[in-house]
Amino acid sequence: MSEVLVVVDHADGEVKKPTYELLTIAKRLGEPAAVFFGSPEQGDAVAEKVKKYGAAKVYVIDDAQIKGFLVAPKAEALQQLVEKTSPAAILLPSTFENKEVAARLAIKIGSGLITDAVDVQEGGVTTQSVFAGNFTVQAKVTQGTPIITVKPNSAAPEESEGAGTVEAFAATISDGAKTAQIVATQPRQSTGRPELTEAAIVVSGGRGTGGNFEPVEGFADSLGAAVGASRAAVDSGWMPHAFQVGQTGKTVSPQLYVANGISGAIQHRAGMQTSKTIVAVNKDPEAPIFELVDFGVVGDLHTVLPAATEKVKERKG
Amino acid sequence: MNIVVCVKHVPDATADRKFEDDFTVDRVGVDGLLSELDEYAVEQALQFREKREGEEITVTALTVGPEKAADAVRKALQMGADSGVHVVDDAIAGSDYIATSLVLAKAVEKIKADAGADLVICGMASTDASGSVVPAMLAERLGLPQVTLASVIESQGDQIRIKRDNEGSTEVIGATLPIVLSVTDQSGEARYPSFKGIMAAKKKPLETWSLSDLGVDAGEVGLSVAWSQVEDTTERPPRTAGEIVTDEDGSGAGALVDFLASKKFI
Repeated sequence: MSEVLVVVDHADGEVKKPTYELLTIAKRLGEPAAVFFGSPEQGDAVAEKVKKYGAAKVYVIDDAQIKGFLVAPKAEALQQLVEKTSPAAILLPSTFENKEVAARLAIKIGSGLITDAVDVQEGGVTTQSVFAGNFTVQAKVTQGTPIITVKPNSAAPEESEGAGTVEAFAATISDGAKTAQIVATQPRQSTGRPELTEAAIVVSGGRGTGGNFEPVEGFADSLGAAVGASRAAVDSGWMPHAFQVGQTGKTVSPQLYVANGISGAIQHRAGMQTSKTIVAVNKDPEAPIFELVDFGVVGDLHTVLPAATEKVKERKG
Repeated sequence: MNIVVCVKHVPDATADRKFEDDFTVDRVGVDGLLSELDEYAVEQALQFREKREGEEITVTALTVGPEKAADAVRKALQMGADSGVHVVDDAIAGSDYIATSLVLAKAVEKIKADAGADLVICGMASTDASGSVVPAMLAERLGLPQVTLASVIESQGDQIRIKRDNEGSTEVIGATLPIVLSVTDQSGEARYPSFKGIMAAKKKPLETWSLSDLGVDAGEVGLSVAWSQVEDTTERPPRTAGEIVTDEDGSGAGALVDFLASKKFI
């Protein structure tokens, strides 16, 4: 059985959930092989994690020559790994950075590329959600080695024991790939809340918060949810861009999405319309968001949310 | 110095966007316009020029697309770009990212030979395909540094520095011109064309190029040779109307929590 390369999503060696989702999907296409860009010392620990989800091999690529530059070195390293392993497919978690790595890799190895898949079936047929979630598209790579970037929450991770054999892969990075230098990196402070794109519940606030996100954050915390924001709230400087849900921010597809003081413009819908259950609180009964909801409250979020937060806490005891 | 801004003509996102029978995007039945996210790219090109008073800097707006796509270039000219290039050829219809980036790269090379291409600026994504991959492909094909998803752009001489939001961090990226740059909607509000700008645009040069002008073989592009193929498209059924309650004397919170509990979210 051919290998399916899965690029590991991690933060400083801490493997993230989308990795397990991709390994689960990879089993439908061949034998999963994880690709870890990071410190070689962390390779064994990563292997212990990913082998539980079926990784037969774990290619460890030392990122010392890679991490100081944008995108191009990773694409080069993957090209060399593809040449060595002739995989059946390459799966990457669909982040902006990985989409760009995939883009350059596609040109390098002469292969078709599919971005932002929400499902991949046996045979490599992908599903994408397009036009702000109004259509789904089935597509397939027809040239070369399929390169597919897959969105978080696209599969329920299934455990299965893999060999998890660690193999160091020495990539040669050309000077030409080291031209866009990462001069400084400032890690964002952790909020202690779940990550927006991976969370089962997202509670968001928009213009209607008037800049006060406390009711939104309080309600989110009572539900164990991630906090999101509309573009209006981000443009007003009330929340950092990293929290933006929508076309130019994060696309989320949680079990539950609660939109508070958000009108529901198309740009916002594009980022949340595929959520399983949608709830909205908004003062304006005519707000377009109410066309999407399973349940809506016409009311002021500043009174509804604190009261709802108390009630949730009571129920949870 | 010449700046090339890549612009795309897309179906209006607020209209009823659809697919054709061959699963390509319907670009005829829905009104099109310059992709909103490319307006930010045009804006940054113009600001780059304005910040460097005294230097001779021109801005060329470039698009690839059917006849109507010229409107995207015209809008860029109205905003303040100096000249436009529209690559149009029936053979291009249905091209994937791979072929689109090939045609764009060849067009940039041709512009470079005539006027230079020291800085290529793109929007962060199109509002129709939303792939965010063409800027990276363009950098790969042109062999230029890729500086993408910029929210703040600064430059001095041939040195460019940008700030960007990555997954878990904020980064500063540095590179030396020439580069391919992509900018986000955080980079700064795009200007509206002034009346003067609209009138001036009518006199600005807008060239139309075909594939043969670029030395691209028609067999390298288009739907039939795309490296990925759409097999089906399905319109998502409209969401069934939900229950809407009006908050009166605090009733809304109770109803909301009851609903969440009934769905096992609590």
